[in-house]
Amino acid sequence: MGERIIELRDIKKSYGQVYALGGVNLSVDRGEVVGLIGDNGAGKSTLIKILSGVVKPTSGDILVRGKPVTGWSAARSRDAGIETVFQDRALAVQQTIVRNIFMGRELTGFLGWLKVGKEIEEASRLMREIGFTSKVFTPHSIVGQLSGGERQGVAIARAIYKQAELIILDEPTTALSLTETAKVFHFVRQVRASGRSILFIGHNIHHVFDIADRFVVLDRGKVALTADRTEIKSADDLINFMEEIAHPGGLPGLHEAGGAEQRAR
Amino acid sequence: MSKAMEPDLQTPLGRASGPTAKESGKEWSHPSDHWLRGFVLDNRASLGTLAVFIVMMAIFMIANPTVFTTWYLYSSVLTTLPVALFVVVPLVFVVTCGEIDLSFPATMGFASWVFAIVVQAGYDPFLGIAAALLTGTLLGFLVGSLVVYGGLSSLIATLGMNFLLRGLIQIINEGKSTALTNLADSSAYAIFSSQLWGIPVQIFWAIAFVVFSALLYNRHRFGAQVKVVGDNPDSAKQMGIDVQRVRVKVFVFTGIGAAIAGTFSVMINFTWWPTAGDGYLLPVLASVFVGGTPTWGGIGTVAGGAIGAVTVSFIQTGVVAAGLSGFYVQFFNGLIIILSLLGHKWNQARYR
Ligand SMILES: Nc1ncnc2c1ncn2[C@@H]1O[C@H](COP(=O)(O)OP(=O)(O)OP(=O)(O)O)[C@@H](O)[C@H]1O
Ligand SMILES: [Mg+2]
Repeated sequence: MGERIIELRDIKKSYGQVYALGGVNLSVDRGEVVGLIGDNGAGKSTLIKILSGVVKPTSGDILVRGKPVTGWSAARSRDAGIETVFQDRALAVQQTIVRNIFMGRELTGFLGWLKVGKEIEEASRLMREIGFTSKVFTPHSIVGQLSGGERQGVAIARAIYKQAELIILDEPTTALSLTETAKVFHFVRQVRASGRSILFIGHNIHHVFDIADRFVVLDRGKVALTADRTEIKSADDLINFMEEIAHPGGLPGLHEAGGAEQRAR
Repeated sequence: MSKAMEPDLQTPLGRASGPTAKESGKEWSHPSDHWLRGFVLDNRASLGTLAVFIVMMAIFMIANPTVFTTWYLYSSVLTTLPVALFVVVPLVFVVTCGEIDLSFPATMGFASWVFAIVVQAGYDPFLGIAAALLTGTLLGFLVGSLVVYGGLSSLIATLGMNFLLRGLIQIINEGKSTALTNLADSSAYAIFSSQLWGIPVQIFWAIAFVVFSALLYNRHRFGAQVKVVGDNPDSAKQMGIDVQRVRVKVFVFTGIGAAIAGTFSVMINFTWWPTAGDGYLLPVLASVFVGGTPTWGGIGTVAGGAIGAVTVSFIQTGVVAAGLSGFYVQFFNGLIIILSLLGHKWNQARYR
């Protein structure tokens, strides 16, 4: 693979006594789609919040294009070309779509005055590009009036605006219809085709298996598995592996459920 | 699954291949087809405030038509209203940001005190104004830092700062006022406190300030970030906005506004009193909320706040001019506040 965009080395994060992350290594290369999977509470969101500079790790190093960084922050992360669609969407619901898309990177001219016309033009272009268009809402619509899927569209539009080198998607398809889920996956493929990278977090292993080039399984704050696509034959292998780490020795009930899922597929 | 979906997806994405600005403009037309409807929808809070003001004035005029044709009535309101406007407008920013500032009366007193000292010492009043502005900026920064970096509740902390600063003024001055007799001959007085075509010149400065601030609120990065921080500080932080800095800035803005307001009030009276600014606390706060800025942060209106200030300053004058006794003033104050709040509540949906 190409250049290493970002690398986390031995990242630990504790909340009081609780270790959300206990020494995680993770890297993303240019043009690859990394699928990050793991149980609820495994530490996935904490990990991506560290990548995006929102949460400071307790210890560990962050390297951007091979160089260690100091004073990592959300603003620094965005400047380094990392855009994140957070699990909670991070939208200001009383503001317009435009204001949300340009939150924290307002298009300004002389002395910080907004280029309102340009912002509206860019916002409509972006919304159309990802296929989240509607006759009902406009760039001036208040985000609080949008449906969950439409809000997701706003969050994604914001992430792709700056042609980011790495786009992090934290469970982007929860609460989306099949059509809109398909749009998200189409968008992921587009981004990869344009040579940029994606870190994709999802609970639907089949989905993640379909789009990722590499898988990282997180289990209780530790990396339980890192594997290339070529090393894994099918999504079911991944599912079985995850069941195995969740319940070593196996739970009969769970295996039956897994079997049922296999048959359905 | 995703393969089957792909033909569907080509449609919206295919269209996106070469969009022009014109196309996008057409597709994204405002939901309200008519510009007037759009304008009313976008400005319903300030228009509601304006309606309250017009109804109130109509009642006063019907009660006593002759008094309201005399210019003196308006002239007196136009002299004192500007002082309020210089603090109402920054407070709209503060409330939008999800904070409150009750320390501005003491900042008005403190900054105008510095102005009085400089002028009394024989320096040019322009230098006094600069010193007052600097004082207001520093006090705003002090109050803001205390609230933001100290992690204190702005309601209580600014109340405390108001007492503290006022107390300092009182301790040092022991209740003594400062008369500024040489002020009337200065060019600063002519520019900031004289009359133009028979109209108190302060109101022109205040209008300029309101217009500038409205642009700052709606057309500047500062206003955009203030709204986002008040709306959802966590999101703002996740998007790389320095939330604490934005919060401190709104307090600094209030400090500057309070310094201007305090200086103007001293120029009107030619005298600085240790209580300067004290009487403005409640009318100014009322103006912000009567103007249609909600208490919960994220949204607000500068124009509405200004109209709210006009409404509140006409209550007192209007009640007396309409022939009612001064005892009615407080009652009308309360009535207008409650009616406005009810109106705005019905008018504004809160999105979560
Ligand atoms: N701000 C916080 N304070 C205390 N504990 C936290 C905080 N944020 C996360 N945690 C804990 O850290 C652990 C990892 O949380 P995280 O949100 O990273 O999980 P996740 O893998 O994203 O789960 P999910 O799939 O449910 O989104 C959890 O046990 C959680 O309770
Ligand atoms: Mg999560």
